Amino acid sequence: MIPELGQLALTLALLTALLQAVLPLVGAHQGRTLWMAAARPAARAQSFFLLIAMLALALCFINNDFSVEYVARGSNTALPLYYRIAAVWGAHEGSMLLWVFILGLWTLAVSVRSRSLNEAMLARVLGIMGLVSVGMLTFILFTSNPFTRLIPAPVDGNDLNPLLQDFGMTIHPPMLYMGYVGLSVAFSFALAALLGGSLDAAWARWTRPWTLVAWVFLTLGITLGSWWAYYELGWGGWWFWDPVENASFMPWLVATALLHSLAMTEKRGAFKTWTVLLALFAFSLSLLGTFLVRSGVLTSVHAFASDPTRGLFILIFLLLVVGGSLGVYAWRAPAIRDHARYALFSRENLLLLNNIMLVTAAASILLGTLYPLMLDALGMGKISVGSPYFSSVFAPIMAPIFLLAGLSPLVGWRDASAVAVFRRLRWLFGACFAAGAGLTLLCFEPNDYATMAGLSTALWLSATCLFSFYNRVRVRKTLLEGLRAQSPSIYGMTLAHFAAAVFLVGTVLSNHYSVEKNVRLAIGEAVDLGGYTFKFEGVSEVEGPNYRALEGNFQVYHGASRAAELHPQKRVYTVQRKPMTEAAIDPGLFRDLYVALGEKLDDRAWSVRVYYKPFIRWIWLGGVLMAVAGVLAACDRRYRLAGERAK
Amino acid sequence: MTPRRRRMLWIGLLLLGIGLAAFLGLRAFQKNLLYFYTPSQVASGEAPHGYSFRVGGLVVKGSVKRGDGVKVTFDLTDGPATVGVSYEGILPDLFREGQGIIAIGQLDNNGVFVASEVLAKHDENYMPPEVGEALKKNGQIEPNYKDYQK
Repeated sequence: MIPELGQLALTLALLTALLQAVLPLVGAHQGRTLWMAAARPAARAQSFFLLIAMLALALCFINNDFSVEYVARGSNTALPLYYRIAAVWGAHEGSMLLWVFILGLWTLAVSVRSRSLNEAMLARVLGIMGLVSVGMLTFILFTSNPFTRLIPAPVDGNDLNPLLQDFGMTIHPPMLYMGYVGLSVAFSFALAALLGGSLDAAWARWTRPWTLVAWVFLTLGITLGSWWAYYELGWGGWWFWDPVENASFMPWLVATALLHSLAMTEKRGAFKTWTVLLALFAFSLSLLGTFLVRSGVLTSVHAFASDPTRGLFILIFLLLVVGGSLGVYAWRAPAIRDHARYALFSRENLLLLNNIMLVTAAASILLGTLYPLMLDALGMGKISVGSPYFSSVFAPIMAPIFLLAGLSPLVGWRDASAVAVFRRLRWLFGACFAAGAGLTLLCFEPNDYATMAGLSTALWLSATCLFSFYNRVRVRKTLLEGLRAQSPSIYGMTLAHFAAAVFLVGTVLSNHYSVEKNVRLAIGEAVDLGGYTFKFEGVSEVEGPNYRALEGNFQVYHGASRAAELHPQKRVYTVQRKPMTEAAIDPGLFRDLYVALGEKLDDRAWSVRVYYKPFIRWIWLGGVLMAVAGVLAACDRRYRLAGERAK
Repeated sequence: MTPRRRRMLWIGLLLLGIGLAAFLGLRAFQKNLLYFYTPSQVASGEAPHGYSFRVGGLVVKGSVKRGDGVKVTFDLTDGPATVGVSYEGILPDLFREGQGIIAIGQLDNNGVFVASEVLAKHDENYMPPEVGEALKKNGQIEPNYKDYQK
């Protein structure tokens, strides 16, 4: 009964999405108020039906209803309740439902929060979001229906993939999708503004908070994914340039560019067409990401469940969205005029440079990700692009971005004097690079120029953050008054740039000074690594709810004192009979100690991975700080006031 | 600054960025493209010496031999031909005899493939597509090959 209810809700959602798409768009075009007014109720009805569908699927999992094929494939009676709920998006069908459900949430949010938008604009925005929803719902209903029955029902289910039975992995997909799908709001605003010909500062002010929130989720989603890969895949890496990681990173880069470009459009009325183009690209890349992950064209750790026929559908959908939006852009963009005037050396141009760099970075990832697919499609051989490609292309593109991020906030809008900026900052610049070099010489290896450059850049970025913030505060009478006078978006910007510096330190130091050893250890033996001694005390058996495990016991000594006790596991999940490595990590702000069991070599000996990872936490700390910064900026009262004024 | 000059600057910067990226990209590309070869292609001498590439196939049953420390050797086959692989490190959880895997590395002078990385998929029902295709081409379809494709 419940699956049928879910099925019905999905069908009704498709019908209301159609209404939500067609009536308001046509109404806005022909100026029919009544038709436009249908947008809001239709949007809310659609979100409601999607909620019902989502709840229905969750109930099927909670009730262990294995007569639903999707549940039978991805759940089991022995699976704890928490993971049964997370299993809703554990495979293709459910994650697509999650995608469209999240689109419903965003649609609802727009319909509630945009009371002060003018009628035609709101109708167009909701109409376009409705169109996207129609596409995805058609896809779900016709190619990947999660409610399909399996008769006769099996006694028990096939269990959730053990890799996904983990806290990080249960919230990674919702976060990432909140980001992906959230970019559809910026996309819809851009298209609506193009259609309505009202591409102005108010439009940018409207789009900014939505883009910020989507960006926050995307940042958190990527950070979570990276953290999960680190502790769950059992080989201690935090980023693999895996095609699916790239698929989430490309929209992030473009969304980051979009945030900066929106700021310019709002404050200075500059780069309107460029900003619109970025908004279109950001969401198109999110869809491309969905396509890459779900179509099965990729060989990747993420290619859990995939099916080429579905890929074709998403590809067509992708072409329609990209082609359609670029078509509207080509049709309407020439009418847009930029009136801003600015000199060659100005914050506008520095931000433009930042935008070009970020987009170039995204394009270079796109090349590395799609090139093997194109060659394969053309029958020109099977290749893969190794991570050295990405590392060697990425470092030179990102380095100037970090340097510019420090410089730009200290350069004035419109027209700045390069000589004055140089005079003002030369000592700071010199001091940062001297300190970076000094630190490297003192604490690390003397000839390590990469670390020198990385640390110096991070110091420069954080010092300029503080300096520009100090300059803003200084003009007030007292410190407290100065701190109060700063808007949340200034706090946000400062923190976000500082977070980038934290991230950079983590990346540089963990990449250059991690020590990794794969060794054979017999019980009672020890291995020395990074100033620590890891002693292998033995292996015992432990039992989990749906797995059995062998658990190693490692005592870690730092000199004479005991630093940590680590218990890595080798699990076998009873239903799928899958072996899994659970690494044991002793985390710290300045270093992680990481032990993973390899294989049992004989009665007394195991192969063991032992890692010493300095500063690796800073990578995720940077990600989390960036997200906090985004939340701060999105809370800016200006956006709410702007809404009131536009009324 | 006139709009015209600004537009020229725009285009200039854009071209510069694209040029730089294209240059770096193509240079890095050439060095880091990893081609895929089957054991048959390796045996017939098609695979390059002195360059990294990927080789994939089924791990021959009974061929896995442990050496000192974490050294291990095994044979990979696609049916007609077999190539010996040596690896120093920890094999992935789903590495099993009879299982389809991919190794990344180089050929040494004795024709042994020295792997720097060994990949087995996280899903044991999953066959790396390259391996599956190569096997199909050689008529070496596993009895439950259909399951692998799922």
